[in-house]
Amino acid sequence: MNLGNAWLWFAAAVVYAFLYIPLVIVVVYSFNDSKLNAEWVGFTLFWYQALFNNNEMLTAARNSLIIAVSASFGATVLGTMAGLAIHRYKLKVLPILVFTPVAMPEILLGVSLLLFFLQVLNLTLGMISIIIAHTTFCIGFVAIIVRARLQGMDESIFEAARDLGASPWQTFRLVTLPLIMPAVVAGALMSFTLSIDDFVITFFTKGVGEPILPIQIYTMIKVAVTPEVNAISTLLMLLTLVMIIIAARLESRAPSSEVEILHEKSRK
Amino acid sequence: MIKGSVKQDARENRAAKFLVSGPPLLFLVVFFVAPSLIMVLTSFRFPGEFGGLAPIAAPAGASPGEYGLTAEAYQFFFGDILYARIFLKSFGVAATTTLICLIMAYPLALLIARSKKSFRNLMVLLVVLPFASNFLIRIYAWMIILGPESGLSYFINTVLGAFGIGPVALLFSPFAVLVGMVYVHLPFMVLPLYTNLEKHDSSLLDAAQDLGATRWQRFWRVTWPLSLPGVFSGSALVFIPVLGMFAVPDILGGTGDILIGNLIKDQFLGTRDWPFGSALSIMLTLAVLSIAGMATWFARSTIRQRAES
Repeated sequence: MNLGNAWLWFAAAVVYAFLYIPLVIVVVYSFNDSKLNAEWVGFTLFWYQALFNNNEMLTAARNSLIIAVSASFGATVLGTMAGLAIHRYKLKVLPILVFTPVAMPEILLGVSLLLFFLQVLNLTLGMISIIIAHTTFCIGFVAIIVRARLQGMDESIFEAARDLGASPWQTFRLVTLPLIMPAVVAGALMSFTLSIDDFVITFFTKGVGEPILPIQIYTMIKVAVTPEVNAISTLLMLLTLVMIIIAARLESRAPSSEVEILHEKSRK
Repeated sequence: MIKGSVKQDARENRAAKFLVSGPPLLFLVVFFVAPSLIMVLTSFRFPGEFGGLAPIAAPAGASPGEYGLTAEAYQFFFGDILYARIFLKSFGVAATTTLICLIMAYPLALLIARSKKSFRNLMVLLVVLPFASNFLIRIYAWMIILGPESGLSYFINTVLGAFGIGPVALLFSPFAVLVGMVYVHLPFMVLPLYTNLEKHDSSLLDAAQDLGATRWQRFWRVTWPLSLPGVFSGSALVFIPVLGMFAVPDILGGTGDILIGNLIKDQFLGTRDWPFGSALSIMLTLAVLSIAGMATWFARSTIRQRAES
């Protein structure tokens, strides 16, 4: 190893440390027997206990779960269709509509949906509005993953199916769908994580009634920081980690679907 | 017979195309295009007396007031230097964040691209992994690190104290906002850079070395110019979301660290001036579109330049 490489390694180590130290600190303090995130006092599971006795937080977690499952279902169905359509046909409008929400600052989608729900649909903001909003911004991510999978495939398989007399529906059900299934599942998991995590769009489309997880976390951070925040953070990190491992297993060609998304974004 | 089946095929294909592209198209027209148009329309309306909007048509028997359409929100925006200043500040923060991200991401991306193939995916995954943890939590983590009771604050203030400089607060400052912005967006810079650098042909560097180029010359005259498309797309991916971000300044910034995003948020949840909030959102959209257009143009022109030379 020469000097130049040593510098590269040093710079990389600094960046990795920068990426991981904050998260490690959050996790460590979630086990700290002190109200302050300052010095280590002793090990405790008190903050997790407090979390599981916090009814509002549990309701928020349940609500967020319902939202994430519904939104990821909708986004997976519509996103898979969009991915297929964009790959198969020369479309002009659909790709713009699918990929723009992914590239835009989230606040713009949040604001426009808020105005739309209140003015046009006359909808009381709540779970339904959040589910629709999350579906809207997740469609693009699913479409990107599905299209990436299709792009890596040999088109002649589909032609062979058609030549052998399969109808478009049969070709889809018996050939295309099984082949893109890993991407579809990865897209669903990705949507689920995005939905559970999303703060900005949720912030604008939430109602006043039901507590939602990211909003609850935001309130805790803004109003009264206790290590309970660390505990819920640690649990969420664990959840996301499991999701990513599953998604990565399914998409063995790529390290994770998020890498594909970013690659896709960078190509544009 | 054959002709008939070809015709039927074409019909089936059209039906399939319609069935596959129809539902997502319809959904996005209703929940993306229509809301965007509503936002444009809202920016030209009068605010209601108690938040919300005044009706477009004056209700029967109402005293004449502010009904119909107006460009008042835009006049308001261009009439007060304060808003131009906030936009300028947001551009400044976005540019600084982008530059810091570039400086941090480039060596890492270069190292990953030059590592053994079997390591690359793992190294990329390690960059993406923290980015998958909850967005608010990543910001919150810096509240702990920069907080007044943290070791870092203690250390910095001890060092500064030795020079007789009074204690400084790290949290709730422009510095904290910048750190948070960089932390939240760094992977967006690493990945496009890596995707680009990975494709470089190493024989170019060997050739440059054979021709007597030093390490710096090889970097500045071969690697860097070739990586510009990656630099531009990474920069756009960082710059654009930073421009609209309100959570980072909201959580890590002080009262003076207001950016475009915070201004917009306040119009909907604070002062409740929807038309002005919509006008601000439109201005932000225009800013984003011009930045994205510029990045694409730069990337294309560098590619064209290279093709010509």
